Amino acid sequence: MDEKPTRLPRELELAEKELTPHGESAQRLMTPDPDPIHVAPEMAIAEDVRAEDGGYVRGTSLWRDAWRRLLKNKLAVFGLIVVVLITVASVIGPALIKRLLGFTPDYIPTHDIRLVKSFPPFTGPEGNFSWLHPMGTDNAGRDQLARVLQGGQISLFVGVISTLVSLLIGVSYGAIAGYIGGRVDNLMMRLVDVLYSLPYIIVVIVLLSMFRSQTPRGQLTLLFIALGSVSWLTMARIVRGQVLSLKNQEFVLAARATGVSIPRIIFRHLVPNTLGPVIVYATLTIPQIMLTEAFLSFLGFGVQAPLASWGSLAADGIQNIAIYPWQLVFPGVTMALTLFSLNFLGDGLRDALDPQMRTV
Amino acid sequence: MSQNDGNLLEVKDLRTYFQTEDGLVKAVDGITFNLKRGETLGIVGESGSGKSVTNLSIIRLIPDPPGKIVAGEVIFDGQDLLLLSTQAIRHVRGRRIAMIFQDPMTSLNPFLKISRQLMEMTQLHLGHTKPQAYDHAVKMLETVGIPDARERADNYPHEFSGGMRQRVMIAMALSCEPELLIADEPTTALDVTIQAQILELIKRLKQETGTSVILITHDLGVVAGMTDHVIVMYAGKIFEQAKTKELFKTPGNPYTKGLLRSVPDPTAEQGKLYQIPGLPPDVAHLGPGCPFAPRCERAEEICHREFPPFVQLNRDHCSLCHFAKEVFAESGGQVSDTV
Repeated sequence: MDEKPTRLPRELELAEKELTPHGESAQRLMTPDPDPIHVAPEMAIAEDVRAEDGGYVRGTSLWRDAWRRLLKNKLAVFGLIVVVLITVASVIGPALIKRLLGFTPDYIPTHDIRLVKSFPPFTGPEGNFSWLHPMGTDNAGRDQLARVLQGGQISLFVGVISTLVSLLIGVSYGAIAGYIGGRVDNLMMRLVDVLYSLPYIIVVIVLLSMFRSQTPRGQLTLLFIALGSVSWLTMARIVRGQVLSLKNQEFVLAARATGVSIPRIIFRHLVPNTLGPVIVYATLTIPQIMLTEAFLSFLGFGVQAPLASWGSLAADGIQNIAIYPWQLVFPGVTMALTLFSLNFLGDGLRDALDPQMRTV
Repeated sequence: MSQNDGNLLEVKDLRTYFQTEDGLVKAVDGITFNLKRGETLGIVGESGSGKSVTNLSIIRLIPDPPGKIVAGEVIFDGQDLLLLSTQAIRHVRGRRIAMIFQDPMTSLNPFLKISRQLMEMTQLHLGHTKPQAYDHAVKMLETVGIPDARERADNYPHEFSGGMRQRVMIAMALSCEPELLIADEPTTALDVTIQAQILELIKRLKQETGTSVILITHDLGVVAGMTDHVIVMYAGKIFEQAKTKELFKTPGNPYTKGLLRSVPDPTAEQGKLYQIPGLPPDVAHLGPGCPFAPRCERAEEICHREFPPFVQLNRDHCSLCHFAKEVFAESGGQVSDTV
C-alpha cells in the first residue's frame, strides 16, 4: 500500500528522464525497433524522445504517457470517438437542423396530419418516400432526431454538471477529512456512511417533489443540486483514502517544514496527487448520473416538457411501444450507446492512469 | 549579535515521548546542546537513537498524536520555539530554519514543477511576486549547480536524478537564507560520488551564507569532514559530546569507541569488520541501568544497576558513562577540570 498507483509511471519513466544531449545517444534512442510487435515499453517511450533544435530532449510527462496507453486500448478509443461524436452532434445538431431543414425540436406541424407518428419510408408530404425525419416523428409530429439531439444536450449537461458538483464537494470533503484525520475524520466519514445508507433515489425524489419548481429551467437546476449532492459520497471516500496514504509521504513533511499552511498543503500539494483516481471515477460517475437522470425523467420527476432528455423521450415512447416502437428505440439506443461508450472510456482511463490496477 | 554568547540555538532538556501500544517510548529524553552562529553540529547514532526526532522537535513537526514534546526549551535566537503559536512557528519554518530530508526521491511533490515548489518558498516568506520568485528560483538552481537552470526549472521532479533532486532540495532550503539549516541524513540515499558533491555543496553554501548547520548522519566519515562539534546519541540520550577532532582522537565513551571501530578501513586488506554486539535497545522498556550496558565490552555490575552520570571531561567534552574518565584516559585524553 506504500506504493502510490500514480507513481508507477513515473518510476517507469525514470530511465528515460535523464537528459539526453542531442547527438549520438539521442540518435541511438531514436533507432526504430526492427520488430514493432515486441517493442519494449521503454522503447515505446523513447520514440518520443527527439531533440529538435539541438537542445535537450524533453521527457514525456505522466499525462502524455497515460494518453499513449489510452490510445492503445481499442475499446476506450471507440468510446472516446462515440462520446465526442454524440457530444458534438448534441451541441450543434438542433441548431444545424433548424438551419438546414427549418424546424426546431419543438416544432409541431399542423398542416399535415400524416406527419404525426410517422416513420421513414412513409414520411413524405404526400405519403411518399422521404428521409426528412430519419428517426420519424412523435405523437405531436415533432422530429424525433432533433428531439433526441436536444435530449442529448440536456442529458450530457446534467451528467457533466452534477459530476462537477460532486467533484467539488467530494474532493474537498475527502481531502480535508483525510488530512486532518483523527476524530474529525471519524466524524466526517461517519456522516458519509449515514448518507450512504439512505436510499439516495428516494432522497432525490423527495428533494425534487418538495421543491418542485414552476419553470423547466428551475426544475433542471434542482435536478443538478439533487444529483450532485448525493453522488459526492464515493468521491469523498476515494479522495480520503488517497490523501491518507499520501499525507505521510516525505514531500508533505517537507512542505510543512517550509512553513506551508495546512489548507495550502491539502489543496496545492495533496489534491493534485489524487487527480488520477479522481478523473477515472468522475468519468464513471457521468454515465451513472445520466442513468439516474433518465430514470427520474422516466418517472416524471426530472426534466419537464418542453425540454426533453433521453429519459423523458423514452417515457413518451414507451406509451406507444407496440405500434410505434421507434419512439422508444431511438432515444434508448442513443442513450445506451453513450453510456457504454462513457464506461469504456472510463475503464480505459483507469487502465491508462493506473497501470498497476489492471488485472492481467 | 545575540545576547547569549553567540548561541543561535540552545536546546535545553528536550524530551519527546511517543505513546505507543507498547508503552511510552522516550525517543528523545533530556537532550541539551548549544549551537553557535556559523557552526556545524553533527549528530550521529544508530537508527532509532532519536536523531531525527530531536530535529523534528526543534521545528515542532512531531506527529501529535502519538508524539509529544513533554518538556524542555528550544531557544532559537532568544525565543522559545516551543511556546510560539502555530502561526508564528510557520514563519520560522523555511524562513529561518530550513530542513533537508533524507530521501530526495520522495521529498519533492511529484505533481508540481520544480519551479513552483521553489517559488512557493519565497512567495510565502519573502513576499515575492511570481516573476520575482521565478527569477529567484532559477538563481537558486544555478547556485546549487543545476545546468541550464532556466530550462530545467519547468521540469517535474521525476525528470531529475537523485543527486539533482537533492540539489533542488538544498536550493529550496536555502532560498530564504535561513539562519539554521537542518540536514537530516542528506546523503544517505545517494551514491558515494554524489554524496561527496552534495556535502561539498552544503559546505560551500554554508561558508557563503554563514548559516549554522545541524547535520544528522550515521556516517562518521561525513561528520569528520563537515562538523565542528559532534553529539553521539544512543537510546534518546546524548552519550558523548565533543569537538569533532577531539572526539575522533580521544573518545571518552565505550559506545563512541565501538562506533569508530566499526568504520570500515579501505586500506585493511582482510580481516573481519568490527561490529558492536547486539542490537539497539527497545526504548519502550529500558532498565534502570545504562542503556548500552548489555552491549558494552567493559560493562560492570554498576552499569546494569545505575544510570550513568554525564561526566564533564574538559571544557567541550562530556560523556555519559560510569567510567568516562578511564575510557578517556585510555584513548589518551587529558582530563581537565577547568570548565
